[in-house]
Amino acid sequence: MFRNLSFRYKIPLRASILILFTATVVAGAIMYHAYRNLKEDLLANSETLGRVLAHPLATALLHDDLWHAYEIINSPFSTSGDDNTQPQVIMVLDAQQRVYVSTQPRQFPVLSTPTAPMHELEALHEAVAAPSITSQPIQIPGSDKFFILTPIVSDNVKLATLVTGYSNSMFLPRYYGIARKAIITTLLALAVLLPISWYWAWRMAIPLTQLAKCMGRVGKTLPEIEECQLYISKDEIGQVGTAFAHMLEQLQEKEVLEAQMLHSERLAAVGRLAAGIAHEINNPLGGMLNAISTLKKHGNADPQTTKTVSLLERGLGQIQNIIAALLVEAKLKSHPLTVQDIEDTRTLVLADAHQKSAEVVWENDILETLPLPSTLVRQILINLLLNAIAAIEPRGRVRCHIYRDSVNLFLRVENGGAHIPAERMAYLFEPFSPVREGGYGLGLWVIYQIAQQMQGEIVVQSHPGETSFVVTLPIRERMS
Amino acid sequence: MRSLVATILLCLTFAGPVMAEPASQSVLPNSGETKAPIRIGLTPVFLDNQTTFVNAWRAYLSKRLNRPIEFVQRASYREITDLLRAEKLEFAWICGAPFVRYKNELKLLSVPVYQGKTTYRSYLIVPASDKLTTSIGDLRGKIFAFSDRDSNSGYLVPVYELQNLHQKPGSFFARTFFTWSHRNVVQSVADGLAQAGAVDSYVWDMLAIQSPKLTAQTRVVHASKEHGFPPFVATRNVPPEDVELMRQTLVDMSKDAEGARLLKKLRLDGFVAGNEHLYDSIAAMIHAIAEN
Repeated sequence: MFRNLSFRYKIPLRASILILFTATVVAGAIMYHAYRNLKEDLLANSETLGRVLAHPLATALLHDDLWHAYEIINSPFSTSGDDNTQPQVIMVLDAQQRVYVSTQPRQFPVLSTPTAPMHELEALHEAVAAPSITSQPIQIPGSDKFFILTPIVSDNVKLATLVTGYSNSMFLPRYYGIARKAIITTLLALAVLLPISWYWAWRMAIPLTQLAKCMGRVGKTLPEIEECQLYISKDEIGQVGTAFAHMLEQLQEKEVLEAQMLHSERLAAVGRLAAGIAHEINNPLGGMLNAISTLKKHGNADPQTTKTVSLLERGLGQIQNIIAALLVEAKLKSHPLTVQDIEDTRTLVLADAHQKSAEVVWENDILETLPLPSTLVRQILINLLLNAIAAIEPRGRVRCHIYRDSVNLFLRVENGGAHIPAERMAYLFEPFSPVREGGYGLGLWVIYQIAQQMQGEIVVQSHPGETSFVVTLPIRERMS
Repeated sequence: MRSLVATILLCLTFAGPVMAEPASQSVLPNSGETKAPIRIGLTPVFLDNQTTFVNAWRAYLSKRLNRPIEFVQRASYREITDLLRAEKLEFAWICGAPFVRYKNELKLLSVPVYQGKTTYRSYLIVPASDKLTTSIGDLRGKIFAFSDRDSNSGYLVPVYELQNLHQKPGSFFARTFFTWSHRNVVQSVADGLAQAGAVDSYVWDMLAIQSPKLTAQTRVVHASKEHGFPPFVATRNVPPEDVELMRQTLVDMSKDAEGARLLKKLRLDGFVAGNEHLYDSIAAMIHAIAEN
């Protein structure tokens, strides 16, 4: 039960139990010591009283002056009575253990042996019979009474025994007074401490519970770090929070990476499939086109046949073009990329731009020849630009920025046209997934294949109002 | 104030004025420039706490006699009697018994008048819870409280009555003891310390007025026949004119306001010269007991 309880309750409960335990122990100790002190005081007072009374009693006993003895033993009672250390009964027992005189003559008459009403006095009789001449307390077992025996001595002879009887309950009211104060003080302290400790402990549990709640969500989803409201500090909970945040970041990175890998693998699989099919089609296609060529050169074809063969040739040509587009075989052997090559690309797309009255913002930071195959780079750039121009509204704007750092060439093309919806993003580079109406959907496939073969990468960002493609191509010192 | 009075009553053995110096030649008020105080013995127990009354009475007597007065209090009748016999007191208020016993050494000064008589009785009392006892003969084996060995009502009377039953207190009672004052006899019987006691009727009556709760715890079983009220006495060596002056002063107390006020506190009608034959009944008891 308790094991499964939230720390929000467990910590305050433990703190409360600790406080209660401490309060109980402290209050108990105070009460115990108060009890002990009161009892000791009572014993000390009683023994003093016994000694004080015993001395004049010796004279009274020697003179056999019973009334005088009676007055002496009654003297402690003459002071009127809120003194709760007063004895209950005082009596003088003679050598035969008979009552010589007592303060309660009706209960303990003169000459009687205190038996029936004081059956608990077995121990008392033994003590009285002993020749000891020092005073001693006798606690009656199982009774709240105790007795102080003080020998009445004259010239070292024990004349009789003074018995002062007390009840523990006599000082109980005073004890209860002390105990009540101790309990009230303790309760007041508890009334202050318990809410404070509960609040503190509850505060202490909050970061833990938040962390636990957030961790509980991992698996189903990857919660954002901001959502978790993690507790910032250098203590252990703070450290755990920091580690957890770190872990979340790594998980997110990994998730992104996995998504990219999945994407790349799918594209690769699609690429292999497309290439395989294209190869298989290409061979018979080449044969067919050769046969048609031969037929056109050497055959005596009637006009009808010639027309049919031409139709076949055009159709097969179209198939060949598509196959060729699918089979992007990087023609790596090409002359290095010159500034002129880049500028030519601009010239090539301007015609399309003009048709849409689009503006092409051209920023070319490349001022020297780069060891990159010019044909491929130009193909990428043309495809990107044509896509961008196609995407924008008339009179729109396309921006092209070509730049490099020490190891890469960057081709960045932006447009303000309709953005690419997220659901299409996943299939963006697959063949036959046209980004615009009417295309085969092979432009981006080609870019992807080329970039792949040049060990480059493509980053696409598309939000409403802006779509950007950045193709990064590594620059090698020497073209292979 | 009431309790003061009661206390005084108990001590019938009130000694008279006492002189501090036993060698004083004269007690006369006009005897000279140097006036030694007159010493009056009182049985003290009742007067110890009655300082206000005692002071008032002393001032009264001192003024009347034109002499300083000193009251002397002791723990028992015997000590006052001894002081009297040693002539260390001039006067004393004592019990009838010691007066009879030492008649040769003492002169009767005056006798208080109580309820119109110069006599009183001895009461036999038991605790109020004792409904059965009707006479001292029923008290065999009990614990009995006497007031004082020299007291008539508190000792002599019950012993005499026992003797009439052919008993002696030592064997008839399980235990006897002295309380040294009549009030304590009442107290000891009320507390149950004693199962019976003998007490001066005047004291018991006074206590019944002063401390009704105390006397209510006792029951008077029997009242003895009347005996002479405890007298004021003088020692033989006090000059007769001094005796006469003191006697007159006491007798005249009822005639002035202050004296009457003091007498009222004592609940006495006054003092009379008295007659020694008043104490013959006591003498007879002493004689009878001595013979046995």
